[in-house]
Amino acid sequence: MLHTLAALVENHPGVLARVAGLFARRAYNIDSLSVCQTENPELSRMTIVVDGDDQIIEQVRNQLNKLVAVHTVMDLTGKSIVDRQLALVRVKVSTETRSEVLQIVDVFRGRVVDMGTCNLTVELTGDTEKIDAFVNSIRPYGLAELVRTGRIAIMRSEA
Amino acid sequence: MSEEITGATGATVLLKALEQEGVDVIFGYPGGVLLSLYDALLDSPIRHILGRHEQGVVHAADGYARVSGKVGVCLATSGPGATNLVTGIANAYLDSIPMVVLTGQVPTSLLGTDAFQEADITGITMPITKHAYLVKDASEIPRIVKEAFYLARTGRPGPVLIDLPKDILAAEDVETTSSGMKLSGYQVPGRADDEKINEILKALSDSQKPVIYAGGGVITAEAGEVLKQLSEKAGLPVLTTLMGIGCLPSDHPNLLGMVGMHGSVTANYAVDECDLLIAVGVRFDDRVTSGLGHTFATNAKIVHIDIDPAEIGKAVKTHIPINGDARLVLEQIVDGLAGSSVPQFTDWWERLNSWKATYPLRFDRDRLTPQSVIEAVGELTNEDTIVVTDVGQHQMWVAQFYPFMHTRKLATSGGLGTMGFGLPAAMGAQIACPDDLVILFVGDGSLQMTIQELATIAHNNLPVKIVLLNNGVLGMVRQWQKMFFNKRYSSIDLEGNPDFIKLAEAYGIRGIQVDSNEQVKSSIAEAIKHPGPVLLNFVISPEEDVLPMIPPGKAITEMLGR
Repeated sequence: MLHTLAALVENHPGVLARVAGLFARRAYNIDSLSVCQTENPELSRMTIVVDGDDQIIEQVRNQLNKLVAVHTVMDLTGKSIVDRQLALVRVKVSTETRSEVLQIVDVFRGRVVDMGTCNLTVELTGDTEKIDAFVNSIRPYGLAELVRTGRIAIMRSEA
Repeated sequence: MSEEITGATGATVLLKALEQEGVDVIFGYPGGVLLSLYDALLDSPIRHILGRHEQGVVHAADGYARVSGKVGVCLATSGPGATNLVTGIANAYLDSIPMVVLTGQVPTSLLGTDAFQEADITGITMPITKHAYLVKDASEIPRIVKEAFYLARTGRPGPVLIDLPKDILAAEDVETTSSGMKLSGYQVPGRADDEKINEILKALSDSQKPVIYAGGGVITAEAGEVLKQLSEKAGLPVLTTLMGIGCLPSDHPNLLGMVGMHGSVTANYAVDECDLLIAVGVRFDDRVTSGLGHTFATNAKIVHIDIDPAEIGKAVKTHIPINGDARLVLEQIVDGLAGSSVPQFTDWWERLNSWKATYPLRFDRDRLTPQSVIEAVGELTNEDTIVVTDVGQHQMWVAQFYPFMHTRKLATSGGLGTMGFGLPAAMGAQIACPDDLVILFVGDGSLQMTIQELATIAHNNLPVKIVLLNNGVLGMVRQWQKMFFNKRYSSIDLEGNPDFIKLAEAYGIRGIQVDSNEQVKSSIAEAIKHPGPVLLNFVISPEEDVLPMIPPGKAITEMLGR
């Protein structure tokens, strides 16, 4: 099962290598990883999506927590969270299909950010399922290129 | 750090910071990028011991730390100097030994350019250090040194590396900032919740067949005494890992011996039958469980007390997990027992004692056997003697037959099983405890892996007594080939061995040759009486096996040589 872990880590060079090395060494499967500075410039947030049963996830959390540069690790799985991914999708279009594709983009509340003679590039944010659904919808028209970020997530506020 | 050092260089700031951490000795080997540091060492009160290879200096720092409980410090130059430390760092990491490793590095301007003698040592050692620093600003040295020592010795101890570029060490007029630590992400576990202690007390009162399974964490936490109290108060049998030897004196009636591959039959049967396993400062290593977590102590409720939460539940399923300091948690349990009546487990003890009587550790006393040598050394030394081993058959025989009475009297490479550890570790142990007798048990294979350190021993006149159990082969490998590969012996013959007596003498070390059983005691006594280092060459048969043995990958009940 996929778990979403949120780790608060020191914003130093080398921390990413330590975390990635830990996953490689202990053969944990990273599904996606995204990292960026937080509201505190000394800390980064790593959102790590990792595959494994409860025992493995517990091990991953404990091993991550052992790294001196890791401050906290939370498992957001099953918690009330907002999670998002960003995708940039280049779709092949012809004069016949262009308006259909634009309709689909509209349904998914995507934005066209670039256009060529025979393709257009769509920016889309959403949770993993929404982006998967969009990609499946436009695939019949011709998927030229797909770039997606890892998942990022934040807990919902309590009130 | 309040003390202002004017006109200080990076090197002098470093040495001052080490002094403030109580460092009295550094085991090291110089090189190009360390010249300014070695120059500053001439004016420092810190003693420097020059090894003869970087692997020697790192194992020496390790041996020093194991017997003293203090942080060991070693130093090597950039590139090959640093990479030669790698085995020793891994060795310390697997046995949770507190160590600060200082390495030189190419100047910051050349970092990442494949400069002469450049190696990315912080990257290389990432999986085998507790933490590592690459110093980019000399003013940060006091803070980094303080953090490194704190990290090395607290929580689950381990090696911490500080990589020091040449220009940082040579920097002049260094203005040091505050040495306050910035380790907000680092926490050291302490006591357990009372609720957890109650769970243990409940489990204990429900139990008919409990055992304590004690490891190196008990020694690290200085919890030997309270473990003994608990064992005596509640009538609990104790078995130890290799790293836990000394937790209970070897003649203590509650001690069942070592558990695992070459453990005692009683200890292994006890694990198999117990209904409550109280594991303290252990990690259910595969040399104990045969890598078979699911067949280990299957009848037992498992309590696991460890300072490292990542060890709990890693190898076996735990029923009562307790993340905390072994000494504090054991004290809580002892306090919890006060006033309550504890069952004395009479039936269980009857069963354990009958195993003890039926399956003692055995060996032939009529020949010159390695076990008889170890037993004789045990008789001629005392409870304060420090014993260092290398790795292989002799290591297991020492674990089985030397009568350890206290903690920190055995220095052995447990987790990594590093051949070549013994001689340099004995050197470090003797420097840590200059007034104590240090005995090194070593095989002819292991000795030759770091034999160059005989020069360091001679140079510093360290009175280490080297007990060489010389069978002319790589004995443990040969034993496995004998047992599991139909005696197809492959690359185990050490034909070409030197004359070890002449070799010792070439270094100015006294050599004593022992070929018969009758000479054993007198030669050992003579060696102990000699004020300087001695090498005793005991010629033993390559046919001696370490028994009993649980074959690799087999369950405890499939033990050979009972």
